[in-house]
Amino acid sequence: MKTVIHYIRSLFLLELFKGMSVTGRYLFKKKFTLNYPEQKAPVSPRFRGLHAQRRYSNGEERCIACKLCEAVCPANAITIEAEPREDGSRRTTRYDIDLFKCIFCGFCEESCPVDAIVETRLYEYHFEDTDKKTGAYIMTKEKLLAMGDKYEAQLAEDLAAQAKYR
Amino acid sequence: MSEQQTITVEVDGKKLEASPGQMLIEVTDAAGITVPRFCYHKKLSVAANCRMCLVEVENAPKPLPACATPVADGMKAWTCSPLARQAQKGTMEFLLINHPLDCPICDQGGECELQDVAMGFGEGISRFAEAKRVVASHNIGPLIATDMTRCIHCTRCVRFGDEVAGIRELGATGRGEHMKIGVYVERSVSSELSGNVIDLCPVGALTSKPFRYRARAWELTQYDSVAAHDGVGSNIHVHVRNHQVMRTVPKDNEAVNETWISDRDRFSYLGLYTEDRLLKPMLRQDGQLQEVEWQQALLESAELLKTVDAARLGALVSPGSTLEEMHLLQKLLRELGSNNIDHRLRQADFRGDAADPAAPWLGQSFADLENNEAVLLVGSWLRKDQPLLNHRVRKSVLAGGQVMVINPVDYDFNYGLSNKLIGAPADMVAHLAGVAAALGADTAGVDASAGAEHQAIAEALKAAAKGLVLLGSMAQVHPDFSLLRLLANNIAQAANVDLGFVGEGANSTGAKLAGAVPHSGGGLSVAGMLKQGLDACILLNVEPEFDVANPVAMAGLLNGAKVVALTTHLSPWLLEYADLVLPVAATLETSGTFVNLQGDLQSFNGTARPVGEARPAWKVLRVLGNLADLEDFDYESSQDVRDEALQSIGEIKLDNSLADTSAVAASLISTELQRIGGVPPYSVDMLVRRSSALQHTPDGWKASLHVSADTASQLGLMDGGSAVLRQGEGEITLPLVVDGRVPPACVWMPSGVPGSELLGEGFAAVSLEKA
Repeated sequence: MKTVIHYIRSLFLLELFKGMSVTGRYLFKKKFTLNYPEQKAPVSPRFRGLHAQRRYSNGEERCIACKLCEAVCPANAITIEAEPREDGSRRTTRYDIDLFKCIFCGFCEESCPVDAIVETRLYEYHFEDTDKKTGAYIMTKEKLLAMGDKYEAQLAEDLAAQAKYR
Repeated sequence: MSEQQTITVEVDGKKLEASPGQMLIEVTDAAGITVPRFCYHKKLSVAANCRMCLVEVENAPKPLPACATPVADGMKAWTCSPLARQAQKGTMEFLLINHPLDCPICDQGGECELQDVAMGFGEGISRFAEAKRVVASHNIGPLIATDMTRCIHCTRCVRFGDEVAGIRELGATGRGEHMKIGVYVERSVSSELSGNVIDLCPVGALTSKPFRYRARAWELTQYDSVAAHDGVGSNIHVHVRNHQVMRTVPKDNEAVNETWISDRDRFSYLGLYTEDRLLKPMLRQDGQLQEVEWQQALLESAELLKTVDAARLGALVSPGSTLEEMHLLQKLLRELGSNNIDHRLRQADFRGDAADPAAPWLGQSFADLENNEAVLLVGSWLRKDQPLLNHRVRKSVLAGGQVMVINPVDYDFNYGLSNKLIGAPADMVAHLAGVAAALGADTAGVDASAGAEHQAIAEALKAAAKGLVLLGSMAQVHPDFSLLRLLANNIAQAANVDLGFVGEGANSTGAKLAGAVPHSGGGLSVAGMLKQGLDACILLNVEPEFDVANPVAMAGLLNGAKVVALTTHLSPWLLEYADLVLPVAATLETSGTFVNLQGDLQSFNGTARPVGEARPAWKVLRVLGNLADLEDFDYESSQDVRDEALQSIGEIKLDNSLADTSAVAASLISTELQRIGGVPPYSVDMLVRRSSALQHTPDGWKASLHVSADTASQLGLMDGGSAVLRQGEGEITLPLVVDGRVPPACVWMPSGVPGSELLGEGFAAVSLEKA
């Protein structure tokens, strides 16, 4: 009996049509595919992309050279040197993030007492091994602050959205 | 109560032995039981004002402070019972009410006692919602940064000033909420031990200014070393980051520096990384010093050493060099056939060489200094020259001892002097001879009459069960040093007290032991070399314009000789006169050994990496020995060199007895106007002179000429106006300072300070007029 049912099923290609019906359904459904780079996926406010350093609204840099991010960094990607600025405040003279070393864990962001170092939503960047000569793979203090200035509105919004969970 | 008597107390159920009169916290500390504290410090008096060390004691109705509770036999205490914990937590909460939450910008962050204790005894959140207190900070000088809002009023710094430094500079004003710690008078803190309050402060209220914001405690690697700027040989921890010295802090050694170090030892590291630090070997080519490779520099140096006439070859070595360096240098010289080596660079009088003691030292152990009943300081500003020895002497004064001085300048001390004889340099001999005469001792041919003050000094020394006659650095640079030494020796013998020397540098005792002196082989002393001239001269860590008694004669010597300088810094004179400059590792960068003034042999390892291509001097000397084809220059480590040096020294026998007591005539005669030389405390060596923070303290020498008010008015000079000082061929124009410390008919213009290189020896007839 079993053999007979199997014979009829295979004769009428029932399984094939079953499979094809799934394919057919998806053919006419709304597509998941994004046409990157014309279209982009939504990004979480918690996204950990390229780093930036923020400023206060009066233009003063936030970073106070407490070196907690340097201490917490599991990849030793951060190098900080500090000394008193002319007005006597505690400031970095050097703040480098080595992007070859960075694993984008976000610990620096979490350890920062003044929300100075943050990770932006930016993930479209690249650098190559040959950049070792030019140092393009190092996020210097100037580059970080420029990033912060550029994306400040978004960064402030993301931090506000996250504030209640931190 | 006898000291052997012991009682038993029970802490946290553990039976502990204690001696009566001890405080509970001392017993728990010894047993390794943690009791939190802020105001208690083992070297300071008990204040019991922070209340952090509250513990529960049996039969006491309330918790008691462990630092102020004497132990009793059978006493039972609990350090972490619910009652004790509740008290400690309560105290912590009150302390944190006014303490700002600025740990991220505070230099103490990471090494803060308040942070640590708050982790253990604080609550996670604060119930205090009111406004916090803010206190204005004052500038108290170039060494200590203040942030008084962080102060928790433990008063350790106040007690330190009172009990250890001996000057009340910091104090508490106001009460309760309004209490403030500050300086009474708006000025720099001037104590030579002031840096210790940085270590004492449990919070970030007092921190190191030169170190401010430069590193975090967790980034630093700690190495042990020995301080190199006085004869104490203080034990220090060197904190290194990225192979650079970031700061130095004291290491406890009860027999040497207790828990303190002097500001000079603490801040001299700032001289390591200056712009004139030598990075590469240099060779004079076409009249100019040019950078060359080590290979070439060493070969040229060795060639020079091999070809020069040994009788015309000499070496000058700084008394702050290590035993290893001194041993190798004297071995190099002696194998080349020359005995012309000396470390007594600032000494002017070598007539007593034959009488030189075998191993000059302090004459007592450091701890014994505390037990003296009478001390006579001859030509010594002990307070600034050897701050930690002065601290011990101060303890003897507090215990009822007397200190008397015979000085050319009325230096200030942080204790009362029972007698002081201040006079022109030439009068020092007469004063000392007066004391000798009063004691009935041989006055060494000096025509002396004993006045009432001489008599008083003599009697104090004679009456003392334990006493000391100490010849300081001013006596050792005096043109009649051999006479002063002979007189001091006679006085010490007649009064039955000890005779001591406090020399220059960290290793003056070691230098003598290592043989860095000419007379063990009949060579030339510094003075001999300066007089006779040399064809080739090796300088080891010597800055010729500042480190030698007579810089004018030194210039003549350098002019006529080929100069090989092993140095850390390239000073202007080296740039001008040296033919070969070899960069060597500075102290803290090299391994070595110092013998301090009580004969302790203290070895240490290198801590930071030498700057540029600098190499440890012992390695350079070793290679020079090899290249000059000398025998037995195969060492693999400084340990090997040390072992060989110690073998040739044998047992260290400290000995101050004079080998020859024949008298010499006084050479310094009173003239119309006399220069007072000597070296100010922060001009003693290359590193200290380059430490900018030290130079900006009140003790840093400000370019000036000091005279008494009488002398100034006689010469028609005004305070602050400029004056020309002429000495021999040299002259210098500097602002005039009227200084009550200077005796009449004298000008205080030290050696070793900028400008002094134009003038020649430190004690001579000079003329002064309006510029």
